[in-house]
Amino acid sequence: MPGAIYAEGLVKTFGDVRALDGVDLDVPEGTVLGLLGPNGAGKTTTVRCLTTLLRPDSGRAVVAGIDVLKQPDAVRRSIGLSGQFAAVDEYLTGRENLQMVGRLYQMKAKAAKERAAELLEQFHLADAADRPTKTYSGGMRRRLDLAAALVVSPPVMFMDEPTTGLDPRNRQQLWEVIKQLVSGGTTLLLTTQYLEEADHLAHDIAVVDHGKVIAKGTSDQLKARTGGERVEVVVHEREHIPAAAEVLAGFGKGDTTVEEHMRKLTAPVTGGAKLLAEVIRELDTRGIEIDDIGLRRPTLDDVFLSLTGHVAEAKNEENDEEAVK
Amino acid sequence: MSAVTDTVRVAPATNPVSQSIRDSMVVAQRNLIRMSRIPEMIIYGLIQPIMFVVLFTYVFGGSMQIGSSTSAVDYKNFLMAGIFAQTVTFATASSGAGIADDMHKGLIDRFRSLPMARGAVLTGRTLADSVQTALTLVVLAVVALLVGWRVGSDGDTNLGKVLGAFGLLLLLGYAFTWIGALIGMSVRTPEAATSSGLIWLFPVTFISNAFVDTSHMTPWLRHIAEWNPFSATVQACRVLFANPGQSPSDAWPMQHPVWASLIYSVLILVVFRTLAVRKYRSATA
Repeated sequence: MPGAIYAEGLVKTFGDVRALDGVDLDVPEGTVLGLLGPNGAGKTTTVRCLTTLLRPDSGRAVVAGIDVLKQPDAVRRSIGLSGQFAAVDEYLTGRENLQMVGRLYQMKAKAAKERAAELLEQFHLADAADRPTKTYSGGMRRRLDLAAALVVSPPVMFMDEPTTGLDPRNRQQLWEVIKQLVSGGTTLLLTTQYLEEADHLAHDIAVVDHGKVIAKGTSDQLKARTGGERVEVVVHEREHIPAAAEVLAGFGKGDTTVEEHMRKLTAPVTGGAKLLAEVIRELDTRGIEIDDIGLRRPTLDDVFLSLTGHVAEAKNEENDEEAVK
Repeated sequence: MSAVTDTVRVAPATNPVSQSIRDSMVVAQRNLIRMSRIPEMIIYGLIQPIMFVVLFTYVFGGSMQIGSSTSAVDYKNFLMAGIFAQTVTFATASSGAGIADDMHKGLIDRFRSLPMARGAVLTGRTLADSVQTALTLVVLAVVALLVGWRVGSDGDTNLGKVLGAFGLLLLLGYAFTWIGALIGMSVRTPEAATSSGLIWLFPVTFISNAFVDTSHMTPWLRHIAEWNPFSATVQACRVLFANPGQSPSDAWPMQHPVWASLIYSVLILVVFRTLAVRKYRSATA
């Protein structure tokens, strides 16, 4: 049986641009998939196809057991969507916004009212509930937007870059909310440019580039794919670099890279902490003074770089994907 | 998958017509709340028609020939039906701009991802705009009375007929709002919606019987003016208000203005509502 979110060969073109070039996804019920990719990779387009906002040119999608192309209305009853831009009416108060969304989810007026009050409390917006959202801070608007996506406690949630543009404190808060949500059994598809965020929240990660899923797996699997651990040494004196390189060559399982200006040497190794102790002893024996030494596992940034050939974050191109639409 | 769907609090789809009405009302309520929070929009919406009443009455009054009369009083009574009709149609430009604005905000994605009736976003908007138009008409009627407009100045009328005339005006305004809605969805920016929403209204309202007696026009222009849907409502209002200026004409809409006004308005409403909702749906897909 396919997962709570399932996509097969999604293709979507805008003019000459092939935004989606055969996206396949399978998200088991109750898990979080992090959709990772640079701007313009097709993350938002994928979300828009799965949430009935866009009709793919070809391919198949099933959300909460319902065919997205054949029964879009039934899908809309089973999903919550929180987008890149807080989708709230700025002249309405927080409470009015949530009540309106509840009613449009076909709730009775009374039920919508109660649910709105509940959510405002839960998202720490009760004090600002009766102020127009125009007066809200960015973080408050995002929280309200998320609350709006949760009005009916949908079994499947989509969040498109939920924390883009938030300060670290607000981001942390939002992460807590998302974790609570998932522990309650919600299936979540989350797109993000922040590798840390995917590492933090997602069970599985799919890396998207040029409209295709180019890698998927758990964060650990992806990191293992990129390569194992490395020893990183920063020597105190620049003239010690060749000697240190010699030491690392003795332990390393590959070429040592040297960053002269930072006096930093990096060598791939196997053997973990035990090996690190040996390296330190050897350096000490040779009288090489070090400023820093550590065992480094690849980060998702490294994964990303090795898979796509470019780094994940490129803030100045924020709206590329928008422009394509 | 049953465990998943059980948690959904959403009622299964009800009768589509009642759902459509209900959803439209929810959206209309949203737009009315917005209006109440931006009262300057309503106030600016009032200034223009009031200026038209005052300017036309005092500048043109006395130099315009209505039937065989050039009296300023006759022109005033002739003019008001035209100004009322012009006001309800000009309101559609701001309506279109509002829709264009909505379409470019994140909120529209929220609406589209909700299990709501497809046409409700537009219907709710146009209904709320009609409430504003009705308010404008009330204020305008008071101003018109203040400058000396009187119903029954050229025959007999009654309250029912006067209210009927206002009903026809609102219907015309509502029908034209859907043209504005279609324009609002066809342009890229709200600014473009405002200007393109206004441009076509000038020939429609001026090549008509609203401000001048069509019997003084060149025959071909007169022909267009008398078959203009807008003229039918103006003529119907003059008949129902018993105001002067209903020149005898061979054109069917001028002979049966109430029926013509109803038929035109319903026709415009049906055609443009269909096109606008279709446009909204295709923007969705």
